[in-house]
Amino acid sequence: MAKKVYKEQMSPAKKKSLMKRSIPIYIMALPGLIYLFINNYMPMPGIVLAFKNYKAKDGIYGSAWAGFKNFKYLFSTQDAFVITRNTICYNLVFIVVNLIFAVGVAIILSELTSKAKKLYQSVILLPYLLSAVIVSYLVFAFLSPENGFVNNTILRGRDPISWYQEKKYWPFILVFVNLWKGIGYNCIIYLSTIIGFDRGLYEAAAIDGATKWQQITKITLPLLRPTVIMLTLMAVGRIFYSDFGLFYQVPQNSGALLSVTNTIDTYVYRGLLELGDITMSAAAGVYQSLVGFVLVLAANLAVKKIDPESALF
Amino acid sequence: MQKMGQEKRFQIFGNIVMIIITLAAIIPLILLAISSFTDNDALIRNGYSFVPEKWSTYAYEYIFTSGNAVVHAYMISFLLTAIGTLCGLTITTLLAYALSKKFLPGRGVLTFLVFFTMLFNGGLVPTYINYTTVFGLKNTFFALLIPGLLMNAFNIMMMKSYFVTGVPEEIMEAAYIDGATEFQAFFRIALPLAKPIIATIGLFIGIGYWNDWMNGYIYLTKRTDLYSIQNLLNRMIQNIQFLSTNSGTIANANVGLANIPSVSVRMAMAVVGVLPIIVIYPFIQNNFVKGITLGGVKG
Repeated sequence: MAKKVYKEQMSPAKKKSLMKRSIPIYIMALPGLIYLFINNYMPMPGIVLAFKNYKAKDGIYGSAWAGFKNFKYLFSTQDAFVITRNTICYNLVFIVVNLIFAVGVAIILSELTSKAKKLYQSVILLPYLLSAVIVSYLVFAFLSPENGFVNNTILRGRDPISWYQEKKYWPFILVFVNLWKGIGYNCIIYLSTIIGFDRGLYEAAAIDGATKWQQITKITLPLLRPTVIMLTLMAVGRIFYSDFGLFYQVPQNSGALLSVTNTIDTYVYRGLLELGDITMSAAAGVYQSLVGFVLVLAANLAVKKIDPESALF
Repeated sequence: MQKMGQEKRFQIFGNIVMIIITLAAIIPLILLAISSFTDNDALIRNGYSFVPEKWSTYAYEYIFTSGNAVVHAYMISFLLTAIGTLCGLTITTLLAYALSKKFLPGRGVLTFLVFFTMLFNGGLVPTYINYTTVFGLKNTFFALLIPGLLMNAFNIMMMKSYFVTGVPEEIMEAAYIDGATEFQAFFRIALPLAKPIIATIGLFIGIGYWNDWMNGYIYLTKRTDLYSIQNLLNRMIQNIQFLSTNSGTIANANVGLANIPSVSVRMAMAVVGVLPIIVIYPFIQNNFVKGITLGGVKG
């Protein structure tokens, strides 16, 4: 009641001073908007570069048009297939492996009664805060061919392995490193969801004689399903993007490993700064931006169908 | 009685699994730390090991006494993180607050402009050309500070929804009736109420700056004196990699190798690089987890 009166009193004055009140707000928004313009919107038209014969002296907009030539060339190479396959396949494996471990750890943590629980959670989150460079040092400490722990201790007396030259190990190494780095982060949301569940359900089930395993499979997992679906769909929406640090830094940019470590992001980077093949790099970038955009929209549409509340827009 | 046994078995099993995962998370860092305190000759003989043949603090003495690039890069990293967090937090908070004002004409359009950057971006190539040709950022300190890290849509959206739900409109209106200007209302009322989210976002931005190596790697091609600790670490490991794969082709490999810190110094530098994160981690951890929970529910 009081609120209504107050609103009626304010309404006309509010309208009058609307513009006057808005100006300071626009001023507050300005620095952020300028940054957004410089950092995000100015580069956007630059995607036309992929349709041009880029000459540095003519700039992006002055260079001659090339139509789809760059794309035709990109997709006629083996590279396009390899980088698309690597990006998508790694992401799919990451999604599945991370999901299983994150949900598993979240369930165990939620059921543990010991004080150590807090310590476990703290420690497993720590790798998430390390930079890709540090992670590459950690991996190097284990895999360095000359000084690494694995060659010197685990494989002592046996033939050392030149880890950074042997392709066959890297899919496993990358999946492991990704899991190691992300597990603490990935389980947080599941854990906070599980903690929110009604404990009464579990007590009732226990009284009815349900075992722990039954409680987990019949109560926790079904209740967790919507969260799992939502987070998985969002991850699927990002399937065309890869963690540059993981794929570039951890294998230490080793040429011998390219066929199993090259993703769209590393390809774009190498084209631009190592090979000087700017148009090819731009074409791959546009390919990523466009397909990525469609995938995000599709994923969001799917989320919206299942649970409108969780959709991004 | 049987139920008790089952609960106990689960607790034992759960603790064992978690101990294994926890050890797996921390062991690489322990190896790193022990290696950095190991005598260099012992490292060359035995490789990186958890049980060093001989301990040594030489690596740290070398880093902090020989007047080399490490201390300098460390200063750059601290400076960058401080300036970046301050600027980034300021513009993020201001924009998020503006977008939370329901009465603001054009609020929908502005929100969309922010949001759209989460869906679509020009990619690395146009961004690089924009920053190098239009703004001439290459080989300047600004190259570390500006591209990508200052502000992102995700942080703005998170903070905006905090302002909408955590700062009641009624309190703000009451302030206006009392004659407060928009700026006064923002600084005296909204800002103190938003302290938790400001701390969280500041943390995200700060860690982003401390850990970033890409900006330096891409834009600092000549000015290696502007390298952050991450860039220095990165160059160090690349040089090692280069020499170990090309040592056969380099006529005088010793000349090159002499310039590279010994095996233990390398690890000591990495320890120095992660140290600030490890030191502040116990204090920031709760806030960090809260932030992830907030952001994760609604991406």
